[in-house]
Formats: sequence, C-alpha cells, structure tokens
Amino acid sequence: MFDIFKHKVGDVVLPGDVFSFASLAQDSRMEKIICGPGLRRNGDEVLVCKSGVLRHKPANLFWVDSQQKRYVPAKGESVIGIVTAKTGDTFKVDVGGSEQASLSYLAFEGATKRNRPNVQVGDLVYAQFIIANKDMEPELVCIDSCGRANGMGVFGNDGLLFRVSLGLVRRLLVPRSEIVKDLEQLFPFEMVVGMNGRVWVRAQTTQQTLIVANLLESCENMTAEQRKLLFRRVADGC
Amino acid sequence: MKDTPLSNCERQFLLKAIEEKKRLDGRQTYDYRNIKITFGTDYGCCIVDIGKTRVLAQVSCDLVAPKDNRPTEGILFFNLELSPMASPAFESNRQSELLVKLNRLLERCLRNSKCIDTESLCVVSGEKVWQIRVDVHVLNHDGNIMDAASIAAIAALSHFRRPDVGIQGEEVTVYTPEERDPIPLSIYHMPICVSFSFFQQGTYLLVDPCEREERVMDGLLVIAMNKHREICSIQSSGGIMLLKEQVLRCSKIASVKVAEITELISKALENDKKVRKEGGKFGYVESMPKERITALKTEVAPVETTDIEMKAKDIVCRTEAPSENMPSPVVHAPGTGQLGEGLQDSWGLEELDELEDDLGEEEEEQGIREQPTEEGKNATKGKYKREVVVISDSEEEEVVILHKGTQVKDLKKQAAQSNQSATAASKKRKKKKQAF
Repeated sequence: MFDIFKHKVGDVVLPGDVFSFASLAQDSRMEKIICGPGLRRNGDEVLVCKSGVLRHKPANLFWVDSQQKRYVPAKGESVIGIVTAKTGDTFKVDVGGSEQASLSYLAFEGATKRNRPNVQVGDLVYAQFIIANKDMEPELVCIDSCGRANGMGVFGNDGLLFRVSLGLVRRLLVPRSEIVKDLEQLFPFEMVVGMNGRVWVRAQTTQQTLIVANLLESCENMTAEQRKLLFRRVADGC
Repeated sequence: MKDTPLSNCERQFLLKAIEEKKRLDGRQTYDYRNIKITFGTDYGCCIVDIGKTRVLAQVSCDLVAPKDNRPTEGILFFNLELSPMASPAFESNRQSELLVKLNRLLERCLRNSKCIDTESLCVVSGEKVWQIRVDVHVLNHDGNIMDAASIAAIAALSHFRRPDVGIQGEEVTVYTPEERDPIPLSIYHMPICVSFSFFQQGTYLLVDPCEREERVMDGLLVIAMNKHREICSIQSSGGIMLLKEQVLRCSKIASVKVAEITELISKALENDKKVRKEGGKFGYVESMPKERITALKTEVAPVETTDIEMKAKDIVCRTEAPSENMPSPVVHAPGTGQLGEGLQDSWGLEELDELEDDLGEEEEEQGIREQPTEEGKNATKGKYKREVVVISDSEEEEVVILHKGTQVKDLKKQAAQSNQSATAASKKRKKKKQAF
C-alpha cells in the first residue's frame, strides 16, 4: 500500500486521481497512512482533491502541496488578523477568509474582566485558531494552552503589512528556510508571517522596509538561483 | 463582500513613507505606472492596463431617432460599470458613490469637451442619427480607475469604425462591413484625465495613486486635458483646500503627462492599423505575454515511458493482428479507442521522437497532463509502431514499413533516447528562462 503512494511522491497529481487498494491482499491493508491536505478517503480508495505535487514525510504522512492565494481557516494555524469591530465581549477580526473571526477579550495573557486588553480597531493581532470549520464562525485566541502569550497578541505600530500567496508563506515558515536566510544577509529586520498569506516586516529605515517587502513579493515565482542573484544585486546596490 | 480593512500600521507607514517621498513600488512622485494599451479583434474594443488596474472599453453604434431639441446631432452615451471581479468592495447593481462620480467625470470629460463631431453622426435630420454607446468595464482595481477609464474610452472611440451609410433621395441604405469599408468617427482631440492625490491636508502630492495610496489620501484632483494644453474638465473631491499655485502646478504636470499618453495611444492605434493591413494576427490573444510559473517546477520531467512500454506490450499480446476489413472498435486504454486502421499513418521513427519530446516539454512546463489519456495516447502510438503498415493507394509520400521482429528493442531505445532528449530539451529551456 505504501508503494502505491511512494511511487508517486514528487509527481504532479490532479483532482480525480485515485489510489485504489481494492486489489491488494488483505494483510497488507493493515498499514496506517495519514492523509494530509488535498487527499481524501472514499471507502477503499484515496482520492486526490487538489492539484499539486504529492509529498511525503516519514513515517506515513502524505499530502498534496498546492498553490493558492485565498485562505481557508484551519484549526491550530497562526494568522495575522486586522481588528474591525469591538462588540460586547469580543472583537471581530478579519483574517482574509469568507467570514470574520471572533476574538474574546479574555483570550489575552493577563486579561480579566476588570483588566481589558488595549486593542483598538485597526490594530494587527497575531493569533491562533481554536475553532475553524465550515459550519461555524471561526474563533481566535492570543494565548496558548498554558495561558501564556508566546509571541501572540497585538503588534506592529510601525512596519508594513502586505500579502503573498500561501505557498510562499509555507516556504518562509519552513525551519531554516532558504529565503529567510538569504534575506538575513541583507540587513536586520523583523518579520511576522501569518499563515493566511499576510506578512509584516519592519527594518531600520522606511527604504529598507520597502525593499524587504518588494523582495518577498517578487520571490514568489523565482528559482533559487534567480533569487540569490537578485539579492546579491540589491546588496551591492545598498 | 466587504473589502479588507486598512490597518492602522499600514496607514501610518504609508503616510510616513510619503513624507519621505517614497512610494510602495519605488516610483517617483510624478511617475505613472506602466501603461499598456491593447485592441481586440473587433473595431472599438480596447483594454488599458495601468500597472495592475485593468479597464475594458467597448464602443457600439445604433440608428435611433435624435433628441427633440437637437435634431441634427448624434447621441453619445457613456456607461461605466464596476465589475465585482475588480475588487471585493464592488457589488453588482449597487449605485455606490464612486460609481456615480466616475460616470459623471467620464461624461463631462468626453461629452462636454465636444471631442467627437456629433453633427457628422446625423443621417437623416430629425429622423435618424447614430447613437454611439461607450461601455467601460473595470476588470481590476488597483487604484486610479479614472485615468484608465478615460484612456480606454478615447482609444476605443478612435479605434471604432461605424458602418457606411448611403442616401439616395428618400432611401437610406446602411452598408454592412463586407459591402463597404466602415468609416472611423471624426475625433477633434483626445481629452485624457490625470489624477493627483493629496496627503496631509494638501502638503504632499502624488500622481497616479495605487489602491493603498488612494485609501489613505485626503483628497483627489482630476484634470482632463488634451495635448493642445486645453483643460476640458477639473474636479476636486475630498474637501481639501488647495492653493492657486498647487492647482497651476498640477495643470503643468498634467500637460506633460497627457502629451506622453496621447503619444502612446497614437502609437498603439498605428500599430494595430499596420497589423490589420498586413493581415497579421491582432487582438488580445496576441498581445498577452506567456506567463510561466516556475515556482514548483521539478528538475526532471517525469515522463513515464516504462509504464507505457509494459502497457503497450500487454495490449499487443492481447489484441489480434488487424485485418484488412474494418474491425470493430478496439479499446486500448481507458479513454482511447481505435476504429479501423485509419489513414495511412505517417508516424515514422523520427516523428515519434519529436512527439515524445513535445510531450515531455509540455508536461514539464505546464506540469499537468491527464494521466490516463497520455498513457492511452502513447499506447496507441506504440500500437501503431508495432503493426505492419500496408501499402495502399493513399496519397502519402513516404511509406515506412516496420518489421515486427525489431520492434521491442527499437521501442526500448526509443524510450531511452526520448527521455534523454526530453531532459536535454528541458535543460535548454530552463537555461533560456533563467536568462531573463
């Protein structure tokens, strides 16, 4: 069963492709496979529902790496949201999905009924989804399960917010990401990456911030060599 | 659907950057974005791109009765629509303030300036005149719709040809484009709108604001001018106080910009006319650049020829040799079937190589090829190679007779060669792309 998948890892798959296990012997079906995004089980088969490249992570996780710009909220993902309204006990936050998410006053570190967090309409928040499915309004929190902020909350009174595609965001969030390493060598800057495609950067001067923002937006469709060449040109120019 | 709100930090950053004379995309204060003008296959259809803002204008004409108070003049009708595909903030069939403002500006700019000779649109005085209708659709909103709309409208009007009309006494005949060449409208001058946005109560000025700059601006000044430095219309909105010198300065800047843009429109019109005369290809499809995404590209194109080989062998073993008569349909693989032997196939050895090459390259570039049909296609190719080609009295020049004995080895070599050539070709292509 593994082999059917392993065979296709690294290939482009299309919605409608089927991995069928009906023809296998009974005993070899006992292996467990975890289907990630883009793969769906349908009885005895696994169907592909997104177009992209099939990827594999040991020991038994398979998923389809696809490219899109529109964000669909998913539980556990950390995103950058913009506060749009303060209503009663919750904030309404725009995360780029089809609905606005709600963020409770009490979901901040050290917040109590008397001690309200200092959040204004139009502020940026870095938060995590605790509820995100297609049947309910998504909910965000700015604390983790132990009650600590862990980097989440309101941020960014300076700096620039811009949008990139989801594929680029995932490439930036990979540990020891190549793009980030290349960028670090240009000049020091701060960056917050939300999985809804929003990125916030701040460097020492406005000009540098603009440069970083433009470079990230253009990294979208470049190969590694083109990117290194571009960064080197910018470094020489500065 | 509501538009994404502008966060406080973006607003602060934009204003700070403008104070330091920096714009988001690196332009100078008086710079326009890249303007691209393309015409469609029909006369009177024009798409204008200013940066990412895209606007489509279409001109059409109709014979109607004239207005009572102007029996000898044609009618001009302008209609601008904000399509919901332009921005999430636009909803269809909603009369928003922006829509009304843009419509009024466009009308004032083009109708009141009398840039089109309406007297020449009269056919029978008091009874029949031409009604010229300009429909402008906004396809993508990235700021400065007004400029793009005015350029598109005037370019489309200059490009448009109306049917020729003949009058014999009482009889009026409208000739179709096949009978007589359609004639262009008579346009005196080209008024073009230039937008100036003001920030911090009029202290800072930017030409051609993009969408984010438009959101933080205090006020907007639109000057419609033609290349003879005649102002056709001025409109200031947002309620800011402008000084006399500022307005004069803006009009000077506008005259420079309008001269450049008019030059661009004339060049585009000439190019289009030349291409049409020479009989070359014209229209939107030709003017669109081929954009190739290379982000998720794989190094080697996975052309599965080994599978095909096995499958082809299977199929050959299973099917019988084709008879002289028309056999019933044979299904080789899901999605393909063969009825009879078809035409004399001239798929010689070299051509099969090329085809596989093409397949390999296409798969690599687009990254997508329907798996079953590709296998099916390859299978049919394999099958064709195997059967003995009968020399019939077809008109084909070259006839290749393939011998059954040497098939298997040849196909294997074929597969290896085509794989190599596919990768070599893909490497060449990659090198070419990197050179950009």
